[in-house]
Amino acid sequence: MYELITQPWPWYVAGPLIGLTVPALLILGNKSFGISSSMRHVCAACLPANISFFKYDWKKEIWNLAFVFGILLGGIIAVTGLSNPNDIVVADELKTELAGYGITDYSALVPADIFSWDQLATLKGFIMVILGGFIVGFGTRYAGGCTSGHAIMGLSTLQWPSLVATCCFMVGGILTANFILPYILSL
Amino acid sequence: MINQNNVADEFVAVQSDDLTVRELDSICVNESQLEHKWYHNLKYVLVGIAFGIVFVKAEIISWFRIQEMFRFQSFHMYGVIGSAVVIGVISVWLIKKFNIRTIYGEEIIFHPKTFNKGQVIGGLLFGLGWAITGACPGPLFALVGSGATVIIATLLSAIAGTWVYGYFRDKLPH
Repeated sequence: MYELITQPWPWYVAGPLIGLTVPALLILGNKSFGISSSMRHVCAACLPANISFFKYDWKKEIWNLAFVFGILLGGIIAVTGLSNPNDIVVADELKTELAGYGITDYSALVPADIFSWDQLATLKGFIMVILGGFIVGFGTRYAGGCTSGHAIMGLSTLQWPSLVATCCFMVGGILTANFILPYILSL
Repeated sequence: MINQNNVADEFVAVQSDDLTVRELDSICVNESQLEHKWYHNLKYVLVGIAFGIVFVKAEIISWFRIQEMFRFQSFHMYGVIGSAVVIGVISVWLIKKFNIRTIYGEEIIFHPKTFNKGQVIGGLLFGLGWAITGACPGPLFALVGSGATVIIATLLSAIAGTWVYGYFRDKLPH
């Protein structure tokens, strides 16, 4: 049993569990599932700078910060008690392609060849770790939500603007991964 | 106890303006009019923990999995998101159908999203960032917890991106 838990969980276990977050948050306190908003609440709490977009009572949304803090704790628990001892299994096509960019380390969930502190000072590391993060923060707020808010909560409540957003996430990601990322990885 | 109704009315009036601001470009707005002690938030920490564990164990937070998804090399992520949406749709349908209330007896409210250009422009931008970093906001938190400490830099940068959006919001097309 323990071995089953430490192995990577299949999609048909993970997906439904994630889907259950939607009713869980609604029933626990009328909260709509969404994660990117937490970053806005951090801005409102720490540096509102008289910007009207951040001038609201962030304490009303403290549940959202509690939720993302829980996600962080969940990450700690998952690697402490339930860690998978093996390398991550990745599609052969992807492995072949990544080998061409010098990415060969599969010991962690993210490639240590890029996502490490000593890579941060390189142009590639800066683009992927810092600039990429900036675009995620800017883009999700501009879109009014991320994968959780639009793709899961928005689609669960059958809202077509969320379907538009989700399609745009996918189009942006597919174009980037196939046509832009190869140039970044070659740096 | 005696003045509870009056207090609640005032509270609603003060809140309405605040809610308008909070509702801008956001999905999750706390519309509950109930005031709780701080420890009521612990239940959201618990949901977060469960969620974070699933994120790590299903490798949704992995840069490799996201690359596979955007290159159509694996069904995994499509299966995760697709089945999550199916369960979400069924749950919301059940909540509406049986008029299920919160554990505090409040009516569950759904607020419709209005379309604006942000969902297209911001959506494409987020897709760009998602493919590069291999993480959407949820996984960023789980990744930090899982020991990928450099992702703290990504997370801080994402918060900076959110702030810059707020700064330029009025000048951007919506």
